[in-house]
Amino acid sequence: MKHIKTLAKGSLKESAQKGGCGKCQASCQSACKTSCTVANQKCERQA
Amino acid sequence: MLDVESGAVHLVDKLAYDMLEHLTPPLEQEPPKSLLQAFSSYPEEEVAETYRELYRLWEDGQLFAPDGHDVFVEKLGLSPVKAMCLNVSHDCNLRCAYCFAGKGDYHQGRMVMDARTGKQAIDYLIAASGDRERLEVDFFGGEPLLAFDTVKAVVDYARSREPETGKRFRFTITTNGMLLDDEKIDYINREMSNVVLSLDGRKSVNDKVRARIDGTGCYDAVVPKFQKLVQRRGDGEYYVRGTFTKYNKDFGQDVLALYDLGFDQVSVEPVVSDPKEPWALTEEDLPEVFAEYDRLASIILDHRLRKTGLNFFHFMLDLSQGPCAIKRLRGCGCGNEYVAVTPDGDVYPCHQFVGMEQWRMGNVFDGTLDKDKKAYFAASTIYQKPDCRQCWAKFYCSGGCNANNFRYEGDVRKAHTLSCEMERKRLECAIGIKAAQLLREQEVTV
Repeated sequence: MKHIKTLAKGSLKESAQKGGCGKCQASCQSACKTSCTVANQKCERQA
Repeated sequence: MLDVESGAVHLVDKLAYDMLEHLTPPLEQEPPKSLLQAFSSYPEEEVAETYRELYRLWEDGQLFAPDGHDVFVEKLGLSPVKAMCLNVSHDCNLRCAYCFAGKGDYHQGRMVMDARTGKQAIDYLIAASGDRERLEVDFFGGEPLLAFDTVKAVVDYARSREPETGKRFRFTITTNGMLLDDEKIDYINREMSNVVLSLDGRKSVNDKVRARIDGTGCYDAVVPKFQKLVQRRGDGEYYVRGTFTKYNKDFGQDVLALYDLGFDQVSVEPVVSDPKEPWALTEEDLPEVFAEYDRLASIILDHRLRKTGLNFFHFMLDLSQGPCAIKRLRGCGCGNEYVAVTPDGDVYPCHQFVGMEQWRMGNVFDGTLDKDKKAYFAASTIYQKPDCRQCWAKFYCSGGCNANNFRYEGDVRKAHTLSCEMERKRLECAIGIKAAQLLREQEVTV
């Protein structure tokens, strides 16, 4: 495409169908402890 | 351009960007006449071509994706508890000005956890964890190294229970570094999958707010210890974690100061405190904070392109392989899959709720866990938070910090506006960095 470049394909709905296994780290245990950031975490099912 | 409901991120040129304002789904296959008229200053073929590209994205579910509430919501329910913040010490050898924990004692009196309570907490976690195999325990405080014997006893006990239960424990610790010595450094590097080292950046900045009981700053005492820990840690995960306040709105300098000390995994985060405190960040500080995030974004981009290894926690963003939508609906999981335990065994939704009696959920000795509170937290998704439901960043911050929402807005489900504004800015920067990185890398390969 000339006018648009897709940086990341959206897959939230697909991830909902396959996701929810709960293997991932609790986000508040990572580094922050006072502020919440979830999108920088890894899906551990794929790891 | 972020398509909120699908999670797609597109780089668009000006024509495509302006055109988006004129489009409402469902889209027709051919460009409507009104659109051609609105963009009559452009060649008609170019307008039509741009429209068709947008149409293709819409057809693929990558543009104007509908609200996925119905898809997501049926996947939600109560979760097993998989993570525990173990407050092994409600005491601290520092008196940091901005401490949310009442200078270490959570307003409950100074105490440390004994090994018996720690082991009971492990049993409690195992019993509440259902089919979850991986369990996390974060040693926290106060200063957890004031209860180092308890830390060791808990780790040994948890490991001893792994074979019979099929659970695997992952330990982390957050320390101010004052009590670190060779033995503790080696122990932490051996047993802890992540270690969070508290330091605010430049000496002048750190020592103004991170002070000992006698008022002197801790920088000189802890920096060499942190450096030794990180050098010996090899590839192991760690973060040097600082807080910025109204006193250092040029916190990008602190990120760089930490990097200059040899720390490449850095998190420097805004203080959250009563707006009346002199160090508190308030709405009036936001323009300066935003400008500093922009400046820091350029610095981090430059480091990424040069592959120096400097990593800023809040600009990390995995656009394609990040957590699933289910995870993103309720973020930290506090009160549902994550709890905190005090030195006397009381259970709270998370460390930030500790000491708020109305939020006490149970105790590890009698095995109680308030089901109503757990259900309330489980249901506190972005769809139950009216501010979040409308927000473009909802799948990235997942509704923010429930404790801050309660403490400063009086309601777990009401977003803490100031935190939201900074979160959105950070995400904007993180997405911008990704886009710039991609474009630069493409230039290099071409």
